[in-house]
Amino acid sequence: MKQFKAFVQKEFLHVFRDPKTLLMLFGVPVMLILLFGFALTNELKNSKIVICDFAHDEASRDITERLSAGGIFIVGQTISDYTKIEETFKAGNIKLAILFPAGLYDNLMHQHKAQVRIIADASDPNSAATLTGYATNIIMEYQRDLLKEAEMPMQIIPEIRMLYNPELKGATNFVPGVMALVLMLICVLMTSVSIVREKELGTMDILLASPVNPFLVIISKAIPYLFLSIINLIAILLLSTTLLDMPIRGSILLLLGESILLIITALSLGLLISNVVQSQQAAMLTSMMGMLVPTMLFTGFLFPIENMPVALQVISNIVPAKWYYTIVKAIMIKGLGIAAIWKETMVLAGMTILLLLISFKKFKRRLE
Amino acid sequence: MNEDVVIKTDKLTKRFGNFIATNEISFEVYAGEIFGFLGANGAGKTTAIKMLCGLLAPSSGQATIAGYDIYRQTEKIKQNIGYMSQKFSLYEDLTVMENIRFFGGIYGLKARELREKSIELVETLGLESESNKLVGSIPLGWKQKLAFSVAIIHQPKIVFLDEPTGGVDPITRRQFWDMIYRAADRGITIFVTTHYMDEAEYCNRISIMVDGSIRALDTPYKLKQQFAAQSMDEVFFELARGGKKAE
Repeated sequence: MKQFKAFVQKEFLHVFRDPKTLLMLFGVPVMLILLFGFALTNELKNSKIVICDFAHDEASRDITERLSAGGIFIVGQTISDYTKIEETFKAGNIKLAILFPAGLYDNLMHQHKAQVRIIADASDPNSAATLTGYATNIIMEYQRDLLKEAEMPMQIIPEIRMLYNPELKGATNFVPGVMALVLMLICVLMTSVSIVREKELGTMDILLASPVNPFLVIISKAIPYLFLSIINLIAILLLSTTLLDMPIRGSILLLLGESILLIITALSLGLLISNVVQSQQAAMLTSMMGMLVPTMLFTGFLFPIENMPVALQVISNIVPAKWYYTIVKAIMIKGLGIAAIWKETMVLAGMTILLLLISFKKFKRRLE
Repeated sequence: MNEDVVIKTDKLTKRFGNFIATNEISFEVYAGEIFGFLGANGAGKTTAIKMLCGLLAPSSGQATIAGYDIYRQTEKIKQNIGYMSQKFSLYEDLTVMENIRFFGGIYGLKARELREKSIELVETLGLESESNKLVGSIPLGWKQKLAFSVAIIHQPKIVFLDEPTGGVDPITRRQFWDMIYRAADRGITIFVTTHYMDEAEYCNRISIMVDGSIRALDTPYKLKQQFAAQSMDEVFFELARGGKKAE
């Protein structure tokens, strides 16, 4: 116990003596939250559109008004020359062009059929699809309101409710993602680097020649990072609930527990990396390439996993952050309890045990 | 001198693949003596020392350290030895005091004992004014002396020093050897590797390793007689040349 105390003290001293590490520990999470929160949003607000109106009637005016009222579209220009549409797209920052043909209202009233053309800039296919969807909805809404006056015998009105995230805020998606990313980053990177540093400096030899149990060396390395990660986690949660209105609907204790599980997974991964590589640079590179990239790609907060080819979907299952991400979303956004996420928890726990076993085995071999 | 054997090896061998780093080395070290373990760079000294400290498992052969078996009782061995590696072995980002406290702590010194020891140690080294400075900022000579003091803070039976005076100026080297003598007087057996031949003369007995094998083992005086040499330098050159011919 005395040995353990001496070790943990020493590890904390290492961390606090190194301002660069500290800055990275606490700067990166805050930066990520702010970046994803305010700058890198995938919500489509204030998209500029151009209206090409040949109708100039009640219908075209009404629809145009509705389009500009929602906060999603800004009507940048109204033109009446069809050939100029492409020009406006090329000039940039126009996302949609909406074309009302002449006699729109008349056709609608008398032939019960009218066409509105929506032209989208599909160089960004996701936002093109989303924006045309918004625009179509607005036009449908107008049509329904018209029908109220001229009652139709039958109609289906789809009523759409966006559960858990009615305002379709991006934060619900990326905050859990950033949490996973930060915990993985700090724990994997810091543990692997700090263990490899002792190997590089030669102090590991001294420690191994002392009566200290090697596992104690490793465990005491993990303690400061476990502690700092929990502080980090609390900081992320505070920032995202206050600044980004992120809800925590489920139990905070459960959330903390699951996070500690991920931290331990990450620590054991860091341990494994430190056993395989010989230099601090190698440890850093392996952690970055081996952890950061898969976490970004396969967690699902940047790219939906369901849209990936089957092979990649299978690969995504070995990324611990993916399971954690599902768990965190379930707890924070849906307010679910352990009953709903026990499977994911088991997967994560299984991974941790496996990683620990492999790295302890590897570590023992290193002594010989 | 006490004739108790504290290190005994019998055909101790370490192979890395096809390369034989130490080849069937057999020797005995007696309690309280200063045993010089000499050899050119790459002769296998560090490998041998690492096996004796329980850091590397031997490929074959036997050895006992302080009466404990090198295969089965490494934990017991570790409690009875101190080790100062070739690489600098303190934490540069901790202060002098913090280093002492840490290493005292991992060797299980009691809080009061540790406090007394660390004050005493800092005084003996004349480091009172530096005790709260980071180790990285004090001169190399002091660091080496501090590392040695830390390696024997728990009064081990044997201390292994792997080239402790590398890169240190002659005056500091002299002071360092004074410390080694004082430790030996307190009953600590010293096992030291070096490639400074003048330091070899300070040892009670020395062994000279060439290409993984021990080619000579005796007191410096007798070795010089045996090779009809004026100094240890000549003895060493004679043996090392033999090694190159053999290749």
